Parts: sequence; C-alpha cells; structure tokens
Amino acid sequence: MYSTKYIKPNSTSEALEAIKSMGEGKFLAGGMTLIPTLKQRLASPDGLVDISGCDLDSISDEGDTIKIGAMTKHASVAESGLVNKAIPALAKLADGIGDRQVRNRGTLGGSVANNDPSACYPSAVLALKAIVHTNTRSIQADEFFTGMFETALEENEIIEAISFSKPTKANYVKFPNPASRYAMVGVFVAQFNDGVRVAVTGAGEGGVFRHAEMEAALSSNYNADALSALEISSEGLISDLHASPEYRANLIKEMTKRAVV
Amino acid sequence: MGEISLKLNGKLETKDVADNTLLIDFIREHVGLTGTHVGCDTSQCGACVIHLDGVSVKACTMLAKQAEGSEIVTIEGLADGDELHPMQQAFHENHGLQCGFCTPGMVMSAVEMVTKNKNISEDEIRKGLEGNICRCTGYHNIVQSVKAGAAKMGG
Repeated sequence: MYSTKYIKPNSTSEALEAIKSMGEGKFLAGGMTLIPTLKQRLASPDGLVDISGCDLDSISDEGDTIKIGAMTKHASVAESGLVNKAIPALAKLADGIGDRQVRNRGTLGGSVANNDPSACYPSAVLALKAIVHTNTRSIQADEFFTGMFETALEENEIIEAISFSKPTKANYVKFPNPASRYAMVGVFVAQFNDGVRVAVTGAGEGGVFRHAEMEAALSSNYNADALSALEISSEGLISDLHASPEYRANLIKEMTKRAVV
Repeated sequence: MGEISLKLNGKLETKDVADNTLLIDFIREHVGLTGTHVGCDTSQCGACVIHLDGVSVKACTMLAKQAEGSEIVTIEGLADGDELHPMQQAFHENHGLQCGFCTPGMVMSAVEMVTKNKNISEDEIRKGLEGNICRCTGYHNIVQSVKAGAAKMGG
C-alpha cells in the first residue's frame, strides 16, 4: 500500500472538512473493497477519512419505509428485527453478502456508493424504490445508479442513510460465484400496490438495472409461470471467464422465477 | 505516523504506527504475536481472522488505525495457561487440522459463531465457515470439530 494519511472525524461535517483539506482524499466506510484496492496499489489517495465515527449506523421504522444508516454493517441488517419483520428479503440479501467476516465489516453505504456491478445491495435499492439521503439532498433510486462503478454522487458527497419502501411481497435470489460469493446474477423482485419492480445485478455491463418486460409480466400476474414465454435478451450483459452473456440471460430468468413465490 | 492504543488479549498495547499499517502487520510485526496467519493477503482465505470487539474480522483487510481503542482477541488469547480453549481441544480431538496453517482463523471463526448461537446446526457451521479456506482437510473434520466444540462450550 502506498503511504497515506488516516483521519477519523466524529461527524459528517468534520469529515467533509477533512476531505476538502486533502488533495485527493477518499471516504473509508467498512473498507471491504477500498482496503484491498489500496493493497493492490490500484488507488493512491493522499488521505483516508474514516466515517465510522459519524453516527450513521441506525435502523428505524418510518412507517412506509425502513431507514438504514449508511454505516450499518451487513450483519446488523441481517440480524435486525425491524428489517426481518418489514422487509425480510432485505435481511436475506444482507445475510448472503460475502462471508461472515465481510458482513461484520462491510456497510450498506459503502456497497451502494461503490456500485460494483456484482454487488447485491444495489438491486434492493432499485427494486425497493429506495431514496438515498446524502449530506446535501435525497436521490431517487432510479436516478442514483448511472453506470458500472458510477453513481449520481458528487465529489465529497456522503451517503448518510437509505430509505427502503416496504413492499407487499419481495424476494432476492442470487446465483453466487462459488469462490467469491459475488452474484453472477442476482434478482430482487418487489411487489407494490402499483406494480412489481425487478432489479438485476451481476449481469449488466452498465451495472444494476430494472427489467421492464419482467416487471410488466409480473405486474399483471405475480406468478413464475408468467415469465415462461419471455425471451430474455443477452444484449448488454457481462461476458467474463465465469459466464457468457447468454448464460447470464438464462440465469436472469431462472433466478427471477425462483424469486417469485 | 501516529500512536495507537488498543487491548490485545487483555493487555494494553500502545505503539507508533504508520497510517497505512495493516492490523495484521501490527499484530504480527509490531507486537510479535505470530499465531494469526497471513494466507492469501486478499481477504479470501480467513487465516488472519481475529475478534475485534467480539466479532470476527479479517485482520489483513483493516488498518491498525481503524482498531484504535478496540479490544482484540487472537488465537493466543483463547487458552487459559496450559489449558486449551474448548474449541481448540475439540479441533485437537477431532483431527480438525492437517498442516494447521488455516487453523487459527478456523478456531476464531468457530468460537464467534458458537458464542452467538449455542445450538448451531451443521448447515449454520458450514455457512459460518464460508470465509475460511482449508486446502488439506476437505472440511469434514473441521465441521465435526466445531460441533464438538459447541457441545463443550455449553451448546
């Protein structure tokens, strides 16, 4: 790892001041992606601003939504009584991220801000009509993810919390890479009174995306059989050593069928 | 550089470290406790698992500075003098290791998951060990060891 400076402020306003004082600083959340990136010398920030002391790790029931602080660890979401009661699919998703040690350190905000194309959480944000609250504004999920590892976040903008809408029904099913546990394809299906939302992660070259055809099919008939006649296009899907675009297209349909129960 | 203070196996350690020092290097190089291993050094193998304020984490994927003020337990902190921790004893009795390189991480993961779930099932043990890789045993005896350790720990 290149030499760098480490600062741990006690509030988001102090964190912003700290990062502005650096030439090229990085916010450090759980570090499950950033620390390995630094170790491989793929990044060389001149400073790290650890935001774990900024009081961003609460979970609250806000009526129609569950609001989760950005620094809430995956293990805390998985074990939360509130989340398990209101959106069990979200607790299930958190319980399947990485491994036990990753879940003990990795955070919601870190995962969503990084927008790894194979990360689980972005699919929940998109399917559950989430609102991303930052230090300056609230961003709708549909406006938030702008491409692989790209989001609507501006320079020096911190995610403080994310509000997830409570669905009438939801489920998340992924086909994990057996080595990394990252989703080769993960599908989050959420049913609301005004329709069904289907978000796919692990598959798109542009990162997480909603699948309009499956949403339409499931909105008129919430049943796995409603998907049988659909042809899932492989256009724009990731091709790598783990799977071809065609294989991923098949997985999208299969994971969605399994998610609709 | 800067000073950090933390409790390591019950003992207060205060040392000057560079900001980019990894926690695993602090434990092994600065304090000299080499029971915690570095296997892959890429957060995958789990040989470096320790307890940080009661939860298992991979010490190769944290900065020492992030552990400021915390309480850390490593494999050296489990035994009571010459008496092995029940989980260590269970690994010994059930042949839960061959070369032993992954064992410190395996035992630390096992102790955490059993502490949180006394009546742990085999499926839960296997899921709990997803972050620990062993190249010798095929895992069967490790799972048996964790089961036996859980029984000894009062499950």
